[in-house]
Amino acid sequence: MSRSMKRLSLEAAAVILSILIFWIPLYFVLVNALKDAPGASELTISWPSTVHLWSNLKEVVIANDYMLLRAFYNSTLLTILSIVLMVMVCAMAGFIMHRRSDRLTPVIGFFVLAGLIIPPAIVPTIWVLDNLQLFKTMTGIVLVEVALGFPFGVILFRNFMGGIPREIDEAAIIDGCGGFRLFFRIILPLLKPVTATMIVTSSVSIFNDFVNPLYFFPGSENVTVQLTLYNFMSQYTTQYNLLFMNILVITVPLLILFLFFNNKIVSGMTAGSVKG
Amino acid sequence: MNKVMKRTYSYAFLLPAAVIYLIIFILPTIMSFFFSLTRWTLFDWEFIGFDNFVTFFQEASLSIGFKNTFIYAVVTCLLKVVIGLLLGVLLTSKIRTRGYLRSVVFFPTLVSTIAVGIAFSMMMHPTLGLINKALEAIGIPAVDWLGNPDLALFSVALTDVWKGVGFATVIYIAGIMSIPEQYYEALQIDGGNAFQKFRHIIVPLSRSATNTVIIFAFIGGLRSFDLIWSMTRGGPGYATDVIASIIYKQYQAGFYGLATAGNVILFVFVALLAFPLNYFLTRKEVDL
Repeated sequence: MSRSMKRLSLEAAAVILSILIFWIPLYFVLVNALKDAPGASELTISWPSTVHLWSNLKEVVIANDYMLLRAFYNSTLLTILSIVLMVMVCAMAGFIMHRRSDRLTPVIGFFVLAGLIIPPAIVPTIWVLDNLQLFKTMTGIVLVEVALGFPFGVILFRNFMGGIPREIDEAAIIDGCGGFRLFFRIILPLLKPVTATMIVTSSVSIFNDFVNPLYFFPGSENVTVQLTLYNFMSQYTTQYNLLFMNILVITVPLLILFLFFNNKIVSGMTAGSVKG
Repeated sequence: MNKVMKRTYSYAFLLPAAVIYLIIFILPTIMSFFFSLTRWTLFDWEFIGFDNFVTFFQEASLSIGFKNTFIYAVVTCLLKVVIGLLLGVLLTSKIRTRGYLRSVVFFPTLVSTIAVGIAFSMMMHPTLGLINKALEAIGIPAVDWLGNPDLALFSVALTDVWKGVGFATVIYIAGIMSIPEQYYEALQIDGGNAFQKFRHIIVPLSRSATNTVIIFAFIGGLRSFDLIWSMTRGGPGYATDVIASIIYKQYQAGFYGLATAGNVILFVFVALLAFPLNYFLTRKEVDL
């Protein structure tokens, strides 16, 4: 077989496999979200005899007293607040961690690394939040997301600081610039690319977060989008069509984000983790 | 460091992060060592020594978590390394559908884990599921993916790989692209073939990518909870219960001391495996 034929068949095989492995699950969710209840419960990938897009969507939205809308509100607010706070604290900490080195530096480095590895202690965290009157509050869950996202975020910012020449700082200092003015007027604007990366990657992880809201933000008023999936599943009956529609509704925002910020997401994932 | 520097790079910048991190993460971690030794109701505690740990190791429904956690982490990690590397090689080669394939492999990373878990548990349904129907169509008997206790953990692990391999691939793509062109030129001059290129250039020189993937996938595997919970809830029986799902079950049942002991065990388990692994891997890393 000639070289170009070989390459072509490899390529064709890759595309066919990608359809089988990645598109079919997505298509499976899509067609079943469009079916009526008995049709969806057969779990096939046949095209629905009648398309129930709007009626399913409506039922998903109004279920449990408009739970989905509350969930979207909560998740969006949680994502925005966490990201704003996280960007601020990580940028400032990353700035200091890169520029300053003294006896404390290795200690700080150790704590940050530990945060990447150690799983959070669940019940003691609830205990701490409860003592601060923050358990089951938006403030509490935001602080949890920030604390758990901090190690990765600060490493991202610290690494990026390495590309900003110290001469810039020195020039500013000689001109009489203090630390705060240096950071907020000169450094922070230069951190825009890594901030964008951080915003995109964190919004994916926080919007999709299931575990932290489950533990630290319980209560029917506090529902987040990931928990709405359990609206249509119970021990005895599952409304498959609505369940799949719900999956679709909570997945679409991030897929749209992906279409626009594909490169940012990818660079964010590799930024903190590969040397060189 | 002089005075101006100290004042400019003031630790005041670190303060907000330090306060949040110490109170919300470090303090609970330290307290967990104490509360794991108690019978605890959040408002009241009673010191009971190592009873919680003894329970954890003696009761079969709890101690199975160690084995399952380890198997799950090793299986998902190995598969992500192997498939991620192969996909990384494919997706850095000169094929025309490269951009499309990269996007496709990567998109599951963005889908919620719970949604993936639910969709795959439907596709793995023993009688109606797509996977079994496809197997039957080509003459392979149906498999009870999530109902068979010997198989369920691996079925969940495979789903985890489906969702997570995009991340490994992206890391490998970055690692392979950072290999300098000269190495390939040298190989060409020496008349090496594609396999030699893979074996003697790509594998050794993307070592730091491999290390990153191993560390992330392994630690992630050890801490994994949401996918397992959404697919099997630890069942059938306790066949897919991992330490993290046991912690959740004990928490739900109100055994806070026992749940916290589970947390401490997971902490020690992860630290005992992750730190030596990290040391072992980075020792062998080469600089390009």
